[in-house]
Amino acid sequence: MPSETTPVPSPSASARAEHPVLTGSGAILAALEKLGVTDVFGLPGGAIMPFYDELMASTAIRHILVRHEQGAGHAAEGYAAASGRLGVCIATSGPGATNLVTAIADAYMDSVPLLAITGQVFSTSMGTDAFQEVDITGITMPITKHSFLVTKPEDIPGVLAAAVHIATTGRPGPVLVDVTKDAQQKSAPFIWPPKVELPGYRPVTKAHGKQIGAAAQLIAESRRPVLYVGGGVVRAGAHAELLRFAEETGAPVVTTLMARGAFPDSHPQNLGMPGMHGTVPAVLGLQESDLLIALGARFDDRVTGKVSEFAPHAKVIHVDIDPAEIGKIRAADVPIVGDAREVLLDLLPAYRDVAKQAKPDFSDWWKRLESLRAQYPLGYTMPEDGLLSPQWIIEKIGELSGPEAVYAAGVGQHQMWAAQFIQYERPGAWLNSGGAGTMGYAIPAAMGAKVAQPDRLVWAIDGDGCFQMTNQELATCTINDIPIKVAIINNSSLGMVRQWQTLFYDGRHSFTDLNTGHDTAMVPDFVKLADAYGALGIRVTKQEEVEPAIRLAMETNDRPVVIDFVVSRDAMVWPMVPQGVGNSQVQYARDHAPEWERE
Amino acid sequence: MSHHVLSLLVEDKPGLLTRVAGLFARRGFNIISLAVGTTEVPGLSRITVVVDVEGLPLEQVTKQLNKLVNVLKIVELDPSQSVQREHMLIKVRVDNTTRSQILEATNLFRARVVDVATDALVIEVTGDTAKVEALLRVLEPYGIKEIAQSGLLAMGRGSKSISERVLKNS
Repeated sequence: MPSETTPVPSPSASARAEHPVLTGSGAILAALEKLGVTDVFGLPGGAIMPFYDELMASTAIRHILVRHEQGAGHAAEGYAAASGRLGVCIATSGPGATNLVTAIADAYMDSVPLLAITGQVFSTSMGTDAFQEVDITGITMPITKHSFLVTKPEDIPGVLAAAVHIATTGRPGPVLVDVTKDAQQKSAPFIWPPKVELPGYRPVTKAHGKQIGAAAQLIAESRRPVLYVGGGVVRAGAHAELLRFAEETGAPVVTTLMARGAFPDSHPQNLGMPGMHGTVPAVLGLQESDLLIALGARFDDRVTGKVSEFAPHAKVIHVDIDPAEIGKIRAADVPIVGDAREVLLDLLPAYRDVAKQAKPDFSDWWKRLESLRAQYPLGYTMPEDGLLSPQWIIEKIGELSGPEAVYAAGVGQHQMWAAQFIQYERPGAWLNSGGAGTMGYAIPAAMGAKVAQPDRLVWAIDGDGCFQMTNQELATCTINDIPIKVAIINNSSLGMVRQWQTLFYDGRHSFTDLNTGHDTAMVPDFVKLADAYGALGIRVTKQEEVEPAIRLAMETNDRPVVIDFVVSRDAMVWPMVPQGVGNSQVQYARDHAPEWERE
Repeated sequence: MSHHVLSLLVEDKPGLLTRVAGLFARRGFNIISLAVGTTEVPGLSRITVVVDVEGLPLEQVTKQLNKLVNVLKIVELDPSQSVQREHMLIKVRVDNTTRSQILEATNLFRARVVDVATDALVIEVTGDTAKVEALLRVLEPYGIKEIAQSGLLAMGRGSKSISERVLKNS
């Protein structure tokens, strides 16, 4: 976990004092306070009401009342991803809990430290199909790092301390704590710090010295290495160590979708994002490499393309804190289990030692990469229908807002463009749903990020499809003074699906029209909707309106801002590696693409 | 067929079996047999699972299992370094002409008759998989009415215990 405060149980003076008798609800609140939680997102309901009654009086914890529990989940994720702190969301039993499921799955895929607290029906009613009863620990078993069901008030401090420890250490992830209503109502002595016994949970953070030596040796012997940097580097807060290591070796760096910002985009060694919509130098750099140094990356299918054809000549050093990631997709020549930051700290002197004798020469490699860069820079063409270019707008937002801003994206074309055309210089600047691909992530995640970092400019770069999934949280933003900026890249369609239909389904655009954009019924009218939510709504249809609208949004901080950028629907995300083929067949642009086999 | 016998030492927590079984299903690992029971240590259970890992490394299975917070230890038991037993109850059809042959087979396999009716016997057999299957083959022609079978139980040979190091560490 990077900097800021990671809540861990710590002994305190009160531990030696008499143990106050608290209700279970009081114990939840006291434990959260002791664990350093300052902000929570949630929505009350029957089975969690005892806790909400306690929460009302808390001065240490700010509760933000969302309009839908999914919003609470993504807000907690955005909060965690932007700040590196634990995100906390709260819901009632039954549908309240199931509404958290998407966000929990999302946090699981993207290794976000998330604590979900849910109310449960009385323990005496469990198993009887009681009102608003669902087995949420059962439902979330495959998508949580761990989960707890609490039926006794005396178990609450220990369970919450354990839950936070599990969520924030090792490979971070979501932990769910389900508390029955009677456990919240009954009383027990509050013992803090509690005894936390997790004999089966011992994450390894420090790597084996022998493996470090072997890795250093491989790097020194390589001629065409690539540092394949994944989201683990962001979660580990290893960006500074990565920068030093990259500069010491002189090896090129690629940053995956989850790692945008882990290494500065402005740095000459950064080749950009690899994968399905990666830059040509990043994609082909990996393909032609003789050594992949994978740091907190998991060889996701969107990065590797057809695995059997991925980086066919490369040896692999795989660094990950999760042993199960190593060898899952691609065999590693040097497997290293450890925290990315600690591993890089150890690897640097080990590499220096080996390189003292013979510093590897990467000049031919760089010559090749530079020629790819010159030949295939990231770019786009202006649309021919006279409508706005989505890429150009996103690029402008990035230019005007700068690297200190936070950018949260939804999922689809706008997400890829935001990953490609905004310059990321620091970790935590880019938030998105990478693994799960959750449409609707942007608005609540931006809200959470703004709560965690109120002094930063926070943008939600959203699509017209995504926006309609979670825009109810604009009410939360307006009421709670969380002035986020929303850029709707409105192409009036489910753009990425439409792009695939254009390319792989003979242009048959089956059910991807949303009728929100140019020349349509414009339902809903996003400007009116923004207005209804108490936000500033701006519609932009012409190029000369773009910059003034962005500037007005940046200057408006008394309420959220929604800009409806009405853009061309024909713009496509390039480059692209079609699904199911090797990455060497990356297509730079449509004109450079052969006819593709249908899916 | 690439069967492996894994012994899991786990904390006896609610839902533990669901976590383990769910993980197998989710990751596409195939369970051949499963046996769960308590251990000599209060609060700890032992799961013996026979897994078919055709087409993927066993290592992936053990690594994923290890990620379960309540799983303390996983040991693969090599058939040559361990004793492995399963238990079966077989209800077989009998009449006056077949009874003595079936009893003879039962004795040869060192199995036991645990219930007698005029037209059926329940036979109890313990042994490794090969022995149990062999008895089943012998009894088949007489007409098997019902079978109840335990999962495989296995334990490493020698004086070492699976729970030793775990307890020392905690």
